[in-house]
Amino acid sequence: MARYTPHTEEDVREMLEAIGVSSVDDLFSDVAPRFEGELDLPPAASEYEVLSEAEELAARNATGMPVFLGAGAYDRIVPAAIGAVVSRGEFLSSYTPYQPEVSQGTLAATFEFQSVVCELTGMEVANASVYDGASACAEAALMTARLTKRDPKVALSANLNPRYREVIETYGVETVDLPFREGTTDFSGLPEDLSCVFVQSPGFFGTIEDVGAAAEAAHGMGALCVAVCDPIALAVLEPPGGLGADVAVGETQPLGMPLSFGGPYAGYMATRERFVRQLPGRIVGETVDREGRVAYVLTLRAREQDIRRSRATSNICTNQALSALTATVYASLMGPEGLREVAQLSISKAHYLAGRLQEAGFSLRYPEAPFLWEFAVEMPDVEKANEALLEAGIVGGLDLGDGAMLVAVTEKRRKEDLDRFVEVVVDAR
Amino acid sequence: MPASLIRAKSRPGRRGYTLPAPDVPEVPPEKILPEGALRKERPDLPEVDEPTVVRHYTNLSRENWGIDTNFYPLGSCTMKHNPRANEAAAAIPGFARLHPLQPEEQVQGALELMHRLAAFLSEVSGFPAVSLAPLAGAQGELTSILMIRKYFEDAGDEGRTTVLIPATAHGTNPATAAMAGFKAVEIGLDERGCVDVGELEEKVDETTAALMITNPNTCGVYERNIEEIASILHRSGAFLYMDGANMNANLGRMRPSDAGADIMHFNLHKTFSTPHGGGGPGSGAIACSERLAPFRPDPVVEERDGAYRLVRPEKSIGRVGAFHGNFGQMVRAWSYIRMHGPDLKEVSDLAVLNANYVRARLKGTYDSPYEGPCKHEVVVQPPKGVKALDVAKGLIDRGFHPPTIYFPLVVKEALLIEPTETESKETLDDFVGAMLEIAQDERLEEAPTRAPVRRLDEARAARKLKARW
Repeated sequence: MARYTPHTEEDVREMLEAIGVSSVDDLFSDVAPRFEGELDLPPAASEYEVLSEAEELAARNATGMPVFLGAGAYDRIVPAAIGAVVSRGEFLSSYTPYQPEVSQGTLAATFEFQSVVCELTGMEVANASVYDGASACAEAALMTARLTKRDPKVALSANLNPRYREVIETYGVETVDLPFREGTTDFSGLPEDLSCVFVQSPGFFGTIEDVGAAAEAAHGMGALCVAVCDPIALAVLEPPGGLGADVAVGETQPLGMPLSFGGPYAGYMATRERFVRQLPGRIVGETVDREGRVAYVLTLRAREQDIRRSRATSNICTNQALSALTATVYASLMGPEGLREVAQLSISKAHYLAGRLQEAGFSLRYPEAPFLWEFAVEMPDVEKANEALLEAGIVGGLDLGDGAMLVAVTEKRRKEDLDRFVEVVVDAR
Repeated sequence: MPASLIRAKSRPGRRGYTLPAPDVPEVPPEKILPEGALRKERPDLPEVDEPTVVRHYTNLSRENWGIDTNFYPLGSCTMKHNPRANEAAAAIPGFARLHPLQPEEQVQGALELMHRLAAFLSEVSGFPAVSLAPLAGAQGELTSILMIRKYFEDAGDEGRTTVLIPATAHGTNPATAAMAGFKAVEIGLDERGCVDVGELEEKVDETTAALMITNPNTCGVYERNIEEIASILHRSGAFLYMDGANMNANLGRMRPSDAGADIMHFNLHKTFSTPHGGGGPGSGAIACSERLAPFRPDPVVEERDGAYRLVRPEKSIGRVGAFHGNFGQMVRAWSYIRMHGPDLKEVSDLAVLNANYVRARLKGTYDSPYEGPCKHEVVVQPPKGVKALDVAKGLIDRGFHPPTIYFPLVVKEALLIEPTETESKETLDDFVGAMLEIAQDERLEEAPTRAPVRRLDEARAARKLKARW
């Protein structure tokens, strides 16, 4: 018998008898073609053996070192309390809150998540459904096409994470390039018939973009503006809602989620209330119960795939609840001051490193553009530098493939790591 | 007690976490940012201490039911026990702290795990090619249909504009077809609850790109004509896509490839026991034939001479997520499959046994509209005059999470019960007892009375939208 099942032989016998068949096999009599062989899988192993095997595989990965990679996933401090509450079985082992009376925990936490996203982005409504930052971009591209009643055609520059761009294109959206110079995007002279303009700030190269200019240019063409923002950056940056953007999207991984080799993370997606009916995915709303007490429920269901089928806003149905809960607990522990401190520490450390690199003779690729904690630095042989860094017990930055390294510095990096980084890349030059 | 929000516990000046002291000179944002880019107003986030945070979320968790606390027979969702070994494996620092963009030589263990998991899924499905990239079941569906679209584009077959969808399909199927740019055309059922093959033959033509079938379908019925259905589609040059949401009935008993399907998705979180977490994150791996393999999303893992690398398939549809998929869920699914090995078959056997037992015990009071054995779930209807919604709320008062209600859409007052293999006979007996009692309860519209809140005014939530604090 399989290890997580309670059935005794006697149970099985009694159950078969109640059903009126003589064997479990009979319950598959209608299955054709039947698979008659044995699955060619490694023999069942005990928990101890499987965990040992997992440990062995994990040991073949290079971890436990300071990481200077970013580009959409950040090695940030994760407070211990997050794991403690998020791993509670009542959260972990529940499902989409279809029965609100016994799902108030998930519903209230999701309502809080929506509120946190709205507070950070300056928007009025948010969902809790998009898989990651990239798919949030793709959904935003489709949503703005529905709103403008135009074919999905979006303008973006090299400063939008290229992986986000790829997902937007996979979802069948036409993309056109905007000029990108000196670390900022030129939003003047937009091509016609756009459904939206993407602006990422801080951008892929870490630089700050003019979200207001992007929104104004988009609106001038009858298009909408989608702003892509790191939620921690929003502790110090004017929120896109205040700068005229129509949709704000991004990745919530920096809010307390482990790197986990790229997932699971969660995207966020927020917009103006007047656009809510085109916002895909699950939304939790406040209501009252029969006794007039405040309670929470999934709402505006008529936009969704389980009701509207082929006319739904999207096929998305999952609500990313556990990742949303993680982000919410993180935001609660940090609060407005803590979040600002995370940003502040990261900014200080990144600027310290950038300064030291410049003193050592390296130049920043975009010296005129302001940045927070991620920057591109010119380096003739990034591969060699990264090899030397690894040798010194440091995971270097992202090789941009054209003589520059994209370096991300979080609050987790210590001064000695930064100094060591400089020493090693100087030696490797 | 109704849930309250963390914001109500906020007091200016409270802090829940201490960060390391600065060890480099401070650079204030005002010094580096242009005036217009600087945030002027503080976000209204809670100011709370750690004990308050822990208590708040612990108390919220107590307003929630999961399979750790209650029987949760939610049809088509496969709410089986979530082994904690899966969690332990995913939390190993060598996995949890790995950055997705670390060079391949630094991540060989992670890539090998992905490669091994892909081989397991290949064996279970019978398909030669797998992709672990999709981030959820619905995205696995979308990925599959986009691959089919790209196949026809590549073949210069331009007229394939429709996707056929049985009336028993999950809501995501027609939504997926529409999202991928196809027209969704519904196919009705025969009296056994299976795809109406006659209607299918009529509707299949040179505009058909694919049929999206769930097998066993959402009525809990095995599609007996699956091979014939596949050959009808193949004759017209179309593909058979299988929605794998119900794979928990098939492990070691039926392989979609053998049945003639061309492509399918798995819900790793359902079939392979990764926690559903209140509705996500999931993971929606796909498996497909050689013909469709070149169209898989970027990246897939390849092995050569014992070294693993990430590659973009030749005619890839592109990326579906920023990185390589929900790796943490892959670790959990891998761990689950490793613990079972070929005994996975018993998982499905007992899941099907449990569903048929519930069906047999309810018979006479709740009838199933379809003959023959059901698979891992069973759709039943309450006796005349009793609403599915009232049954659901009555179950809450008796300590059971309700089944899926009003789905599948083709059955009036449907209750879709999926017990899964991890429930004992005693639990099923108690559940059946409650179901039988409810069928005679005259005061169901009052239920639930023992949940944290009473029935909610759902219409009001939509009418007066309040979706944030």
